[in-house]
Amino acid sequence: MSILLDEKTPVLIQGFTGDKGTFHAKEMIAYGTDVVGGVTPGKGGTTHLGRPVFNTVKEAVSATGATASLLLVPAPYCADAIMEAADAGIQLVVTITDGVPAQDMMTVKRYLWRYAKERRTRLIGPNCAGVISAGKAMMGIMPGHIYKRGRVGVVTRSGTLGYEAASQMSALDVGISTSVGIGGDPINGSSFVDMLALFEQDPETDAVMMIGEIGGPQEADAATFVKQQMKKPVIGYVAGLTAPKGRRMGHAGAIISAFGDTAAEKAEIMRSAGLIVAPSPSELGATVAQAVAKDPPRRAMAKR
Amino acid sequence: MDIHEYQAKELLSGFDVPVPRGGVAYSAEQAVYRAAEIGGDRWVVKAQIHAGARGKAGGIRVCTSDGEVRAAAKALLGRNLVTQQTAPEGLPVHRLLVEQALPIERELYVGLVLDRRRERIVVVAHPHGGMEIEEIAQREPEAILREVVEPAVGMRPFQARELAFGLGLAPAQLTQAVAAILGAYRAFRDLDATMVEMNPLVVTKDGQVLALDVKMSFDDNAMFRRPNVAELRDYAQEDPREAEAAEHGLNYVALDGDIGCIINGAGLAMATMDMIKHAGGEPANFLDIGGGASPDRVAAAFRLVLADRKVNAILVNVFAGINRCDWVAQGVVQAVREIAVPVPLVVRLAGTNVQEGRRILGESGLPIITADALADAADRVVAARNRALAEQATMRH
Repeated sequence: MSILLDEKTPVLIQGFTGDKGTFHAKEMIAYGTDVVGGVTPGKGGTTHLGRPVFNTVKEAVSATGATASLLLVPAPYCADAIMEAADAGIQLVVTITDGVPAQDMMTVKRYLWRYAKERRTRLIGPNCAGVISAGKAMMGIMPGHIYKRGRVGVVTRSGTLGYEAASQMSALDVGISTSVGIGGDPINGSSFVDMLALFEQDPETDAVMMIGEIGGPQEADAATFVKQQMKKPVIGYVAGLTAPKGRRMGHAGAIISAFGDTAAEKAEIMRSAGLIVAPSPSELGATVAQAVAKDPPRRAMAKR
Repeated sequence: MDIHEYQAKELLSGFDVPVPRGGVAYSAEQAVYRAAEIGGDRWVVKAQIHAGARGKAGGIRVCTSDGEVRAAAKALLGRNLVTQQTAPEGLPVHRLLVEQALPIERELYVGLVLDRRRERIVVVAHPHGGMEIEEIAQREPEAILREVVEPAVGMRPFQARELAFGLGLAPAQLTQAVAAILGAYRAFRDLDATMVEMNPLVVTKDGQVLALDVKMSFDDNAMFRRPNVAELRDYAQEDPREAEAAEHGLNYVALDGDIGCIINGAGLAMATMDMIKHAGGEPANFLDIGGGASPDRVAAAFRLVLADRKVNAILVNVFAGINRCDWVAQGVVQAVREIAVPVPLVVRLAGTNVQEGRRILGESGLPIITADALADAADRVVAARNRALAEQATMRH
């Protein structure tokens, strides 16, 4: 099944007709994603890339049955676009935009809680590369060709470091079920724990690679979750060993400000929770390959 | 983004947070004039820099005459102040805050932060102010009071009252303390702050509650809608290379090592720095050139990295997603031709159109060392740096 997304998921693009929307929509369609249309307020009734454009997400949902939406909306308008998608009943919103104010994200997350759990929108991002289910569909800006289809889940804060991991894995013939970028902001729509829980349930995923970085409590929370609730092996890495305290390293959330925020501390927390930690960023692929070889999909084999 | 104490006090007093009488001064004459304006016979002259621990470093001086105010101002202005929280070279003092000196009964701590685990604004308070909150948390963690603000309704007065009673304030100070806490919250919310600290919030001998020292930081991502805050940015308090990088839309952080880094993506940049360390080197900087690596942007990145005289070798690592390696390679070639790069250069390209990119680098005739994988790239740049240093050493003999 992969998680979140496959080739049957009907996808909308908010910010469809802009330069970025057009470019990435073409890439997504070429990859096999079922892009059913887009939303650009004021351009409703036109068509773009052979798909219908709508003024509102509600109209788009009722006309196309879309269940997922990719947001390529400028940062000042992003929170509003996410809430519009949630209100229209979209189940999965993937937000690529970098630069969304932290207080906007607080409001957005509070807003999503208005809805009962069964119809609550799952938000991925912002400030991420998106989601790809290898060989099936992608919602994001990643180079699809570097992901080889397979049985390892990937969850990462960083886009380009996720690409690095995917290409190292492909070179060693290790494939990916789904790769999720949760984004580099201090407040993310979904956390490492949220994604690990989905991978643990996914029958097509045998192991998970989790790529964190300095700043925030999410990697430590994920380590606790792995220890207490996961049977599948998890391979970890935390970027930023050389980062100084109190300096923001590119991502809004990548800053060492509290105890437990450093890469070394997080890696140690992961190790003591039973994760396999890659010794360096050039060994992401090799560490996963070893872990998968050592722990072959026994559960999957036993089921057969 | 950080601002100065006097600016934070001006902003907060606009939200009804009581602060001591005072004003900014750029010269000794202005400082004396400010003191006369304030009146009284005791003043505090406070150096304005973007760092704490000024008191112990001699940056805060109590004065009891015009002459003393003038002398304090002269001693502080135009010099770098080195505190426990600054780099060894310190930060330049161009502005002073002159305030009335007050007899103080009690010092309290009140701080507002964006709590990443709760995803809420949290107000933290402690009955003993004046220390760093980390220190307070270590010494007396059980005395820390917390109120979590529900974003849908904002901070409620009862929460501020709970804090004020928790701090042991007398009923006479309650209204003032509640106003100060709620005002600080409204400032946090309405100005897109990430941190507001009143440390200490004091009770004076005559029963007034005042924010004696305050600190505010802001969300860079929200500055598009806060021009009145954005204009308070003081570039003199920042590393000049970081300020220049920001103008080119680049993210640059100066570090202590001697291997310059030019990378796309924050996570890959951090990982590449880790790899350099793993290979036995030390990175000179963090630099994320972002998605669209045009030749101009690449050239700006080279200029920034080379402005750091420590740099003995440069590593370019680009994993092209939306980018194409051939464009990046053209950018590198063009930049290296425009700017004489006096140190060894290692380039690692991966992703879209990588073969084409490598061909362009190879055919350029420039002395560029190429690498295919991350580990190779780090090994090669460290080796090139060691060779360059060895050659310099032989030339000196």
